[in-house]
Amino acid sequence: MRDPIIIPTDEGLFCPAGDFYIDPWRPVPVAVITHAHADHARAGSEHYFAQADSLPILRHRLGEQHVFSAMAYGEQRRLGQVTMSLHPAGHVLGSAQVRVEHDDGRVWVVTGDYKRDPDPTCAPFEVVPCDTLITEATFALPCYQWPAVEVVGEQIWQWWSGNEQRPCILFTYAFGKAQRVLAALAEHTDRTVYLHGAMLALTDMYRDAGVNMVPTAPVADRPKGHDFHGELILAPPSAAGSPWMRRFRNASTGFASGWMRIRGNRRRRGYDHGFELSDHADWPALLRTIRECGATTVLTTHGRSDDLVRYLRECMGVDARALTTLYGGEDD
Amino acid sequence: MQAFADLYAELDATTRTQAKLDALARYFKEVEPADGAWAVYMLTGRRMKRLVGPRRLREWLVEATGLPDWLVEETYQHVGDLAETISLLMENGEVRPAVEGSLAQWVEYAILGLRDLEEEQRKTHVLEHWRGLPRQACFLYNKLLTGSMRVGVSRGLVERALATLSDRPRALIARRLMGEFTPSGEFFSQLFDEEHREERDGQPYPFFLASPLEGDPSSLGDLTEWHAEWKWDGIRAQLIARPNGIWLWSRGEEPMGGRFPEVETAALTLPEVVLDGELLAWDADVLPFSQMQRRIQRKTVGENLLREVPVIFMAYDLLEYQGKNWRDRPLEDRRTALEKVIADSADPALRLSPMVRGTDWEALASLRAGSRERMVEGLMLKRRASPYRSGRARGDWWKWKIDPLTIDAVLLYAQPGHGRRANLYTDYTLAVRDGDTYVPIAKAYSGLTDKEIQQLDRWIRGNTVEKFGPVRSLQPKQVLEIAFEGIAPSPRHKSGIALRFPRIARWRHDKPAEEADTLDQVKDLLRVYGS
Ligand SMILES: [Zn+2]
Repeated sequence: MRDPIIIPTDEGLFCPAGDFYIDPWRPVPVAVITHAHADHARAGSEHYFAQADSLPILRHRLGEQHVFSAMAYGEQRRLGQVTMSLHPAGHVLGSAQVRVEHDDGRVWVVTGDYKRDPDPTCAPFEVVPCDTLITEATFALPCYQWPAVEVVGEQIWQWWSGNEQRPCILFTYAFGKAQRVLAALAEHTDRTVYLHGAMLALTDMYRDAGVNMVPTAPVADRPKGHDFHGELILAPPSAAGSPWMRRFRNASTGFASGWMRIRGNRRRRGYDHGFELSDHADWPALLRTIRECGATTVLTTHGRSDDLVRYLRECMGVDARALTTLYGGEDD
Repeated sequence: MQAFADLYAELDATTRTQAKLDALARYFKEVEPADGAWAVYMLTGRRMKRLVGPRRLREWLVEATGLPDWLVEETYQHVGDLAETISLLMENGEVRPAVEGSLAQWVEYAILGLRDLEEEQRKTHVLEHWRGLPRQACFLYNKLLTGSMRVGVSRGLVERALATLSDRPRALIARRLMGEFTPSGEFFSQLFDEEHREERDGQPYPFFLASPLEGDPSSLGDLTEWHAEWKWDGIRAQLIARPNGIWLWSRGEEPMGGRFPEVETAALTLPEVVLDGELLAWDADVLPFSQMQRRIQRKTVGENLLREVPVIFMAYDLLEYQGKNWRDRPLEDRRTALEKVIADSADPALRLSPMVRGTDWEALASLRAGSRERMVEGLMLKRRASPYRSGRARGDWWKWKIDPLTIDAVLLYAQPGHGRRANLYTDYTLAVRDGDTYVPIAKAYSGLTDKEIQQLDRWIRGNTVEKFGPVRSLQPKQVLEIAFEGIAPSPRHKSGIALRFPRIARWRHDKPAEEADTLDQVKDLLRVYGS
């Protein structure tokens, strides 16, 4: 048996033949980054390769002092004995799958986080044929099947427009989900949405990348004591229960996440509304992708890996194994 | 049906009481009476007979989804609720049309219709619904099939919504919702009627429940305003004596006719009257509660038991007298009438709960200190001028218990014991109420008798919601009193509280789960007794 092209190490996924890491969680000489979420992009490495659209976000999050090489989708780089290229993952702006082709002809693909549902804020997922697929498995149970994004957008709009007497605070992750919501709302309205400070710079970067969204304004721009009733405010989940919330009296709260599909999660979190909006692949998308890319071996990262592995082995006849990684799935 | 599914979603989506009340009132106003009746039936926690067991449902789910059974099982463990798991797996991300037909028609057809079908036909019927219903309705459908539906709405809230809507006193609505009823349009419409004479026959009034006294009783003010009596450790009961019959009701709204024949016979000596009191095992003096326990579960009593454990009714209040409602009169007046009624009867099975006299609060406190020897739980303090209220209205009735270190908790999980009891469910996880959920508060190994263990074991097997390996999660129904030696804060426990040496003191058959203690009450204990 030939050596694997990508192996798990203490630093993260490593490609020995190309001498680079993919989404390492410790500083390394060369890091290829699938996307700029915090559990995939960490500071301190010497040299970063990343998709061009994600560079402004990476610089913002990791710091200007780092060395970045921008790559277009499909652009190939020779690294040691492999050819490395990035392909759209449909997860967030600039998110990529990493394709690694060895000189011996084998092709491995690391999906990073991905989804197959339509999302106007980033390039749509592309199926990349390969021999071995390293796939995410955040929502790898058959109870996770996302409703159409238009349906969820409509629900959010109904909630906002139906609450004239109260402020509506929608908690979403600041990078990716927030902008997806703003883009979905543009189908219904051109009213201004107010943003928590943590979302301002990221939303500007999406605008700079040409993403169409409803108008936004910082919450902080409103004078003290401003009455937000009837307004929609977007904030990161960390703001829930913080003193920042005090300015919104009698607010109706919502959370947009794939985890909201389960009633127990909705109730435990204590939000008034849960909106099922995920930037990850659901169960059918995971299986479909594995089928379409033609991989004979599948390695899984994050979440419910074991169930997916067993299903692939027993029901799809695919050689599958779980890899231990530190990716969280808390970005949804 | 769709309106009810929407109501459910609305109730589920908010934690604010006012929003729930508004949603309920809106629903009851808009729907047909028959639908209203079914909604009341389900929202007040009444259960239809279970038509399909959870194991069968899981088998059918495996078949309907074509998924391997282990994956269905994993998914179910992840979701934590079978009805919801089914609704998620069967929906397939499809957008499905709203459900047509009224709630009543729907219950008739989709649920009760299963009664007369053979197993195979039942399956066809159920799978058809799974494939056609939108998720929320499918979830409710499964909840109804398994016989239980918890939605975070208390019975009190339903009563308030109906009272607001009909402009009738809540107590009247509460009384009409007591006991068993058949959900029908007629029943629902009559909820809004003016009170009429005959309906009072045999129907209990809502019980007035005392609140625990936490601080010093001197905070209650002048002792002369208060009436003190022992807090009896028996079964709270309402005894209704009317020319056309005798009725005996437990506080859990169970009719107890036939179970305490000596009391019912004695009641024949009473004039037309409704009394509140306590059933006690009594032989010259009160017998230990364990003796009373022997009587509680018997629907019919043999002569031997009747002789060994005689039961009396210890009367302490009078709600109706000579056909008139006395609940608005001050306790003093009710007490005077009660004394006369009991004295006139002179039947030894009817006793008057004696007044406990003390010159000041300190004197009462020292009498209270002797409660254990008297086999009572402490003192009751009742405001002399107070009316007989309903429910747990605070301020007029206080229970000043001696041993505060007990909690009435709800049985939430059970697992088999070891050794001799390896095939019996004897290890219990008990929980207290927290809003509309339950928070585990202690694990306890049985302190019950062998007979009770077997009885509870049978109940557990028949009322399992889910299984996680050896552990079963249960319908939150059974209330067990836990006694313990100490209480301390503990970050390791979800409740934030650890109990020292918890054990089961007794099985509270008389208490519905909605009246088990709350996390806030336990936190109060922690404040007072926490180490
Ligand atoms: Zn991500």
